[in-house]
Amino acid sequence: MHPITTFHYLVLSAALLLIGTVGVLTRRNVVIILMSIELILNAVNINLIAFSHALHNVNGQIFAIFVITDAVAEAAVGLGILIALFRNKETVQADEMDILKW
Amino acid sequence: MNFLDQIWLIPLFPLFGALLMLLAGKLLDPQPVSDVAVAADVGTGDRPHHAHQHSPLKFLVSLLCPGMVLISFIFSLGAVWQLSQTAQRVHQVVQFTWLAGLPFHMANGQLATFQADWGFLLDPLSSVMILVVTGVGFLIHVYSIGYMAHDGGYYRFFGYLNLFVFFMLMLVLANNYILLFVGWEGVGLCSYLLIGFYFHKKSAADAGKKAFIMNRVGDAGFILGMLLMMSVLGTVRFTDVNALLRGGQFAPEVAGFGVLSAMGLLMFFGATGKSAQIPLYVWLPDAMEGPTPVSALIHAATMVTAGVYMVARSSALYQLTPNTSMVVAVVGTCTALLAASIALVQNDIKRVLAYSTVSQLGYMFLALGVGAYWVAIFHLFTHAFFKALLFLCSGSVIHAMGGEQDMRRMGALKDKIPITHWTMWVGSVAIAGIPFLAGFFSKDEILWQAYSSPLGSKLLWFVGLATAGLTAFYMWRLMNMTFYGKSHVAPEVQKHVHESPASMTVPLTLLAIGSVLAGWLGTPKLWNLPESFRAFERWLAPAFASRAVEAAQESAHDASLEWLLMGLSVAVAIIGIGVARYFYHTKPSIPDSLERSFKPLYTLLYNKWYVDEIYDFLFVNGLGKGGGRVCGAFDRNVVDGGVNGAGWLTRFTSRVSIWWDTWIIDGAVRFGSFCVKMLSYPVCILETGRVQAYAFFVVVGALAFLGYYIAR
Repeated sequence: MHPITTFHYLVLSAALLLIGTVGVLTRRNVVIILMSIELILNAVNINLIAFSHALHNVNGQIFAIFVITDAVAEAAVGLGILIALFRNKETVQADEMDILKW
Repeated sequence: MNFLDQIWLIPLFPLFGALLMLLAGKLLDPQPVSDVAVAADVGTGDRPHHAHQHSPLKFLVSLLCPGMVLISFIFSLGAVWQLSQTAQRVHQVVQFTWLAGLPFHMANGQLATFQADWGFLLDPLSSVMILVVTGVGFLIHVYSIGYMAHDGGYYRFFGYLNLFVFFMLMLVLANNYILLFVGWEGVGLCSYLLIGFYFHKKSAADAGKKAFIMNRVGDAGFILGMLLMMSVLGTVRFTDVNALLRGGQFAPEVAGFGVLSAMGLLMFFGATGKSAQIPLYVWLPDAMEGPTPVSALIHAATMVTAGVYMVARSSALYQLTPNTSMVVAVVGTCTALLAASIALVQNDIKRVLAYSTVSQLGYMFLALGVGAYWVAIFHLFTHAFFKALLFLCSGSVIHAMGGEQDMRRMGALKDKIPITHWTMWVGSVAIAGIPFLAGFFSKDEILWQAYSSPLGSKLLWFVGLATAGLTAFYMWRLMNMTFYGKSHVAPEVQKHVHESPASMTVPLTLLAIGSVLAGWLGTPKLWNLPESFRAFERWLAPAFASRAVEAAQESAHDASLEWLLMGLSVAVAIIGIGVARYFYHTKPSIPDSLERSFKPLYTLLYNKWYVDEIYDFLFVNGLGKGGGRVCGAFDRNVVDGGVNGAGWLTRFTSRVSIWWDTWIIDGAVRFGSFCVKMLSYPVCILETGRVQAYAFFVVVGALAFLGYYIAR
């Protein structure tokens, strides 16, 4: 049984980041996009915690809590915009929301 | 009292009266416009009607205005008496320099200083004139008191009349042509005002305008003549002009004929306007629209003789140019004959007298033209008496007839208005040229001079003689139609026929006495009467001093011939009277049958030779309206064309500007924006509006940076 090292955390984090990024770029449903953004943020959090543990520095953990708070706020605002948008456009598909072009 | 130095006061008395009347007269007389004139729109002529209106203020006017003229007359008498006591018989009073001129180059290159004085000249010529103007003028003023008593505008009438006397005295007393011209224009103005006195009547207003305009035509000639005189002689003072012209350096051989002739002809043209000669005589018969005293004073006795006076005043000029004198004589003779022929058939009593005046003025110009200047002034003098008398008598007749002027509706008035009849009889005898009355002496002298003077000719004499016969005829036609024969007076007028008041009959009587006696101042040399019976010629001799002409006349004196001519002219006069009496008294049917058998001639004469119509055609319609049409065409085509062309040019340039603006200025701006737009297209492609696309760019950018750092 191998001990879990910092490298594993980093791999997990990178995987999550990749999954989140691909989700943001490819999925059309805005709710899924917001969930993918949560994945990206959590990838960052894992990164921060891993380094905090490895370096015995508590700053990383504090910063992770900030990020969680931020993600909550962001989710609230994002979902609010989404609901307002849905009322007007009757859709949650991101590719149909293209009126902000030139 | 030294009247000679006070001659400048003579014109001022009537001026004072005129100013008082015209400025304050309205306060004296509440009726400024004659209601007669309003009524006359439908009725006839100037009719003194019978709404008696006597106010003490009106009495004041009748005292003041004739009084002013009387004072002038007294001053004139005094001055003339004192002048006759002097050796020179020329007295000049220069009060101040009126027009101080600048030096200028005369026609001959000499430098002269032009100057016109406010100066007065009393010499034999002007002394005759001021006595006539103030003496006859005073009598006519007195007559007007009675004649105008019932008319509105009493003060206005007397104001104008006094103003006229002022200007007339300025005219005859002036010592230079410029000041003479002031009076000349002033009397023209007063003539206009008084002809149009009944300005409610269109014919009166029109007659006033006609007189004024015709005079203006003549005045243009007079002004040109004066300007020529200034440029040639360098002075306009009578004494200087005469001295220069008589001095010899302006003899035709030296100075050239043309310029002096032109000067003489231009000034004579002015005289034809003022003195009603061909071609400008047509205003005078129409001037009879004015009140009758005005016709007597202005259009018979004084103003119309201004031209005669002016030519006589310029005698030195006309003596130098016999051809000009010839023109004067021919024009005068033609006018005399033409006017007399028209007077033969006119039915308006004043119109007959008006043509008679034109005719007599023609005689005066005949005398001037043949170089007999004193005779012209002599005829002017006698004519002033008998023609003023005749006009005033006709006024008295019209007064008695309640405004009727047509002689066909008169007749047998002899016993109704005896004083008027007898005085008019005297005047008619005088003008007809019956011996021992005024007209005989002056007319006979004119005819003799026309025959015998070196400038005269048998033709001039013969036409003058024929005119004398016509004169006698039309005067006796007038007398017969008015006073004798059967009455043609309308019954309702018949009841009111009355003799005029004393204020009218007394002047008539005085003028009748004058008409008898005035001629005795110039009896023929032939009669060998004492010198005092030829006083007129001797008195005027210094004014026309020219020995050459006089000597020539002396040599041509042929006693038996003169007796013969005198007898002929008397015979012609008597024949004229006899024929008229036979035609219009004994056998009244003859004129009608003559009229029928000579219909074209009668129509021609009755319509005054159609001169008015010809003038109307040539000048009013031809020059006036035709010229108006030409001016209209010029206006439309040239002036409007210029305006329209300018408009077109403006529009054209504005189109060019619009084109430039649209294509060049706007084009540049639009091209700039077009370029920016073109450049913006590639960028626009990136702008999809899709959030995910943007996110994709962010990721790509991030990966690019990452790749760059890793690759480095």
